[in-house]
Amino acid sequence: MTRENSLVSAQWVEENLGADKLVLIEVDEDTAAYDKGHIAGAIKLDWTTDLQDQVRRDFLNKAQFEALLSAKGVANDDTVVLYGGNNNWFAAYAFWYFKLYGHTDVKLLDGGRKKWELDSRELTADEVTRPGTTYVAQEQDHSIRAFRDDVVAAIGAQNLVDVRSPDEYAGRLLAPAHLPQEQSQRAGHVPTSVNVPWSKNANDDGTFKSDAELEALYNEVGFDENKDTIALCRIGERSSLTWFVLQELLGKKNVKNYDGSWTEYGSLVGVPIALGDEPGEA
Amino acid sequence: MCGATTGGLSLAGIDVAKEAIIQGQVTRSGEPVGGAYVRLLDKSGEFTAEVPTSATGHFRFFAGDGQWTLRTLAPRAEVTDRQVVAQTGQIAEIEIALV
Repeated sequence: MTRENSLVSAQWVEENLGADKLVLIEVDEDTAAYDKGHIAGAIKLDWTTDLQDQVRRDFLNKAQFEALLSAKGVANDDTVVLYGGNNNWFAAYAFWYFKLYGHTDVKLLDGGRKKWELDSRELTADEVTRPGTTYVAQEQDHSIRAFRDDVVAAIGAQNLVDVRSPDEYAGRLLAPAHLPQEQSQRAGHVPTSVNVPWSKNANDDGTFKSDAELEALYNEVGFDENKDTIALCRIGERSSLTWFVLQELLGKKNVKNYDGSWTEYGSLVGVPIALGDEPGEA
Repeated sequence: MCGATTGGLSLAGIDVAKEAIIQGQVTRSGEPVGGAYVRLLDKSGEFTAEVPTSATGHFRFFAGDGQWTLRTLAPRAEVTDRQVVAQTGQIAEIEIALV
């Protein structure tokens, strides 16, 4: 995978608005953002109601995902371009999710909604509906999804990349600072995980840094090309963005996203936790 | 403290005594700026969080004790940095005027 295959610019999207077989999808952390204004023709996926099982903590199963995309009017051979607020956190999460179910052609809008807004490009509140399809998903690709036992086994053995802010990693904060800090899980990080905050991948306007800058960022923390990699954050959305950088932009092999992330790991009984700014010992 | 949220964002359901809150309003020429981006940087300058302002220009963070920087980005405005100190149980109120 490369930048050309996985990323499109705001300019490109503007020039291709309304193109056949192109589906724009907005996915925001603030699920009301779309309704106030969205890119013309874009449909919305709500990460809390559309993309999560509403009883268990898990994703939609294959049949549910097929029903969702069929109802939303997404076809298997469509080019899906995802974008969203908060620097594409949840759009990157949706990107990873589409890959998990084997969608062939999916891309991220570089900079997401913020870049689009800072460029003063047009947003509309028009309602968008697409004719239904018969979408067929693949079985979940677990080569890109890590579970809790994978993370415990990776301590001291694989690249563990914790992408939360330094204060969350060290245990001084329990959640990103736009959310209340009172949380039930323990604070800290997985021992031997390195802290590369997701924000280091991006410029202030939300666009990704150059491949050379990104390579340097991971070399600096001792990223080992010969080891498998797991990215994690608090609930798996910021780490989707880092997963995107490592696998899609830099072409690293065997990179998984841990969607359970700190809300799961920090609640597990008996697993090791490190506190402070250093990775800690295995 | 009750007066701190006048016209701002609701604190309903949040235990203010346990949070170190930083909040405020972004304005330009005295008018509220909605849809600006306010980011919270930690004492080393590293990104910690970011929120778009509400229609009334308001924003809020739940930080930790200590020194923080608020960096504001908006269309056709210069990037504006403001220093702020947060403390658990208190609300730091910051007015940000864009130029």
